[in-house]
Amino acid sequence: MNQLIPLIPLFPLIGFLIVGLFGKKISKNSISILASGSILASFLVSVAVFVQVQNSASHAITVNLFDWISSGKLHVSFSFLADPLSALFLLIITGVGFLIHVYSVGYMKEDEGFHRFFAYLNLFVFFMLLLVLGSNYLILFVGWEGVGLCSYLLIGFWFKNTAFNNAAKKAFIMNRIGDLGFLLGILLIYLTFGSINYIEVFGQAKFFSSEQPVITAITLLLFIGAMGKSAQLPLYTWLPDAMAGPTPVSALIHAATMVTAGVYMIARSNILYTLSPFSMQVVAIVGVLTSLFAASIGLFQNDIKKVLAYSTVSQLGLMFLALGVGAYTTGVFHVMTHAFFKALLFLGAGSVIHAMGGEQDIRKMGGLKKYLPLTYLTFLAGTLAISGIFPFAGFFSKDEILAHTFEHNKFLWFLASIASAMTAFYMFRLLYLTFFSGFRGTKEQEHHLHESPKSMTIPLILLAILSLVGGFVGIPEVFHVSHWLNGFLAPVFADSEMKTMPEYTHHGTEITLILFALSVAIAMIYLANNYYVRLGKRPPEEGAAIPPFQKVLYNKYYVDELYTTVFMKPFNWVSDKFYRFIELRFVNVIVNSVGEGVSWGSRTLRLLQTGSIEFYLLIMVLSIALILFVR
Amino acid sequence: MTLYLFYFLSFLAIISALMVVVSKNPVNSVLFLIITFFAIAGHYVLLNAQFLAAVHIIVYAGAIMVLFLYVIMMMNFSKESEPSKTKLSQIVATVAGGIFLITLIGALHFYDVDMSPGHSDPGAGLVGALGKVLFSKFLLPFEISSLLFLAAMTGVVLLGKKNNDNS
Amino acid sequence: MQTIHNIPMNMYLLLSTVLFSIGVFGVLLRRNAIIIFMCVELMLNAVNLLFVAFSAYLGDTQGQVFVFFIMAVAAAEVAVGLAILTMIHRNTGSVDIETLNKLKH
Repeated sequence: MNQLIPLIPLFPLIGFLIVGLFGKKISKNSISILASGSILASFLVSVAVFVQVQNSASHAITVNLFDWISSGKLHVSFSFLADPLSALFLLIITGVGFLIHVYSVGYMKEDEGFHRFFAYLNLFVFFMLLLVLGSNYLILFVGWEGVGLCSYLLIGFWFKNTAFNNAAKKAFIMNRIGDLGFLLGILLIYLTFGSINYIEVFGQAKFFSSEQPVITAITLLLFIGAMGKSAQLPLYTWLPDAMAGPTPVSALIHAATMVTAGVYMIARSNILYTLSPFSMQVVAIVGVLTSLFAASIGLFQNDIKKVLAYSTVSQLGLMFLALGVGAYTTGVFHVMTHAFFKALLFLGAGSVIHAMGGEQDIRKMGGLKKYLPLTYLTFLAGTLAISGIFPFAGFFSKDEILAHTFEHNKFLWFLASIASAMTAFYMFRLLYLTFFSGFRGTKEQEHHLHESPKSMTIPLILLAILSLVGGFVGIPEVFHVSHWLNGFLAPVFADSEMKTMPEYTHHGTEITLILFALSVAIAMIYLANNYYVRLGKRPPEEGAAIPPFQKVLYNKYYVDELYTTVFMKPFNWVSDKFYRFIELRFVNVIVNSVGEGVSWGSRTLRLLQTGSIEFYLLIMVLSIALILFVR
Repeated sequence: MTLYLFYFLSFLAIISALMVVVSKNPVNSVLFLIITFFAIAGHYVLLNAQFLAAVHIIVYAGAIMVLFLYVIMMMNFSKESEPSKTKLSQIVATVAGGIFLITLIGALHFYDVDMSPGHSDPGAGLVGALGKVLFSKFLLPFEISSLLFLAAMTGVVLLGKKNNDNS
Repeated sequence: MQTIHNIPMNMYLLLSTVLFSIGVFGVLLRRNAIIIFMCVELMLNAVNLLFVAFSAYLGDTQGQVFVFFIMAVAAAEVAVGLAILTMIHRNTGSVDIETLNKLKH
């Protein structure tokens, strides 16, 4: 049975190899079947592994494939670890991944890069599975870099557009900054623990006392990695730009799976974080600030995908907040529910964009409810879920985060509540502007409006169902039902639990919090409804006069411009100076004179090569004599 | 008696070796080389390596030198056709050879191989003793040398063929 | 046979050194490739002699086995070398090494 685990990443790899190598020669139909089928196969195996993990006594299965690196004291084996945490991620990745593959079949039908798209997508899933299955930090890092590469390839999928390529490069480079931190973190782990194997590292970490500077350094470095990959302040700007990729990519990579890798990594290293309260504080603060920051930007964006992108950043911030306050299970829970509803929202947006013929500006949409009823309904389910309305998935996970934050720190709770209130507002703003009132696009577009094909709507419906029921795996204990997810993930976080005092929330408080959050969300929905439907307000057109506050938000706080001024311009200036003075005056001169010297020397030495064998023999004999003489 | 024999054989070997180098006619060179080989074979007998002496005569004098003679006759330079070198290069060659000899002797002297004869086994050079070593410890190299011959044979056949096909 | 015991090992060393040097000298002096080839054979035999001498003095048969292998390799070498020389003679009409100076650019 253990032999099944390596099959999980193997299927997408095979899919990638076949589609990638022979994609041009086989028909689109067989590509779709191969690519989606390989993910489906992985999903089925994942289910089997999931069941097995749940039933096994130790709750962790290690499969050692081969020894990868064995050098001195460093031993890295290529082995997989299936425990409740990775099993849950496996299900999310392969399950949502499969639905998105199916969706892509319809979405990308007309694209000439059809086979390339599916090859990249399969490769992405492969690396993502490697990331969550690896039993040590190095395999995690390989997966980490691999998904970064696929993300780059897919953001720049339409590589004929320079802006898209630049977005891809931006994502890649921003991730590099984070990866450097991550890599340093891994090296520090190796130096501290003498191993990078999870089991060994965590086994040793158990006996460390709290607040050791080295642990704090490790966790902060790892968190820098997570910042890059999971788009946290200040490395988040790549994610909104990453929307240049095809919409299914945004759904799979930039919403459901890859960006949650940071959450996975921190949840995996929970024991290390628990040992360093300072790092936890940093994670929580960065998380809540990101959440607030991105949500406020999301209020005034007009691109349907940009809104969703900022909401993703905001939700990721909430996940980090949960991790930062020590509620690891809750963070993972929110990863799961977020994967469902955010994938659903992105796919819904994709369906809208598909119907609108590539138009992404919500000012030119409106009234689509009539033309795209299925998309509307599923999108509504997603919006309700992200806003945290009972009984949708987002309700449970978000309220759990808020409850845990409340126990931990009231001020953080206050900020997080504002962020989630803003989320409810801008998501309904998006919904109303897109689907309500009259159509604001051109006549031609209106003529073309149509519901998407079945391969696109069926994943939407399935994801909507998941968004509806997904939250029930984690019903709060207030309702006198056992929290299933808590129990399931308990073995992973057991060591951390022992280190921290369990915080107990009064049930009365929890119910109050839930009711408060719910009423805030409903109030926000009412507000959005009032403003955009009843009063019929529209976002201002491009170039229209807008209040300064709104302008700052619309321009995303000028963060991109800030980065350009603070980092890029000085960097370019320094590079330019270096080029002029050091490169041209020194490096070039040295390199060129070395080259010319060698060239002159060879031209001179060439004359020694007379071609006369006698001469060579003579030299040879004399040289041998010389060698003997010298010795 | 054996000492005189040793000196005689050494003298013969060195003189005929010199003659190989200096004689104008290649055929003469070959004949002198054969004499050298016979002298060396004599040394082998003195050194108790009777079997090797026999093999040496058969292989070198009997096969290799015949091959040389055959090739020389085929090429038809039994005449003194070889243009001699210039005086300068002859002197240079002599000096270089002399330097080499002196350095080599000096190097040997430096290491001082004044070895007293060990417990030599009178039967060591006979076929039986040699065969035992050759077919036990050196069996693999022995078999591999047959591969070498096969390769050499193929190579020679290939080289000796006239390329008519002009490829 | 007790005979060899009268002769010091150094004499054999000297003899084979001289023979080897004569071979080297011949290689340097002559232009005829076949003579050069014979001189190489002479050098090989000088080494063989030393092998046998050491073998006898140390009472170790392995030295003689080596001589066998050297003979085998020499035989193969002579066959191939002479074939090459024949080819050269056929193509250039000479085996003078001064005419074989094609080894430059």
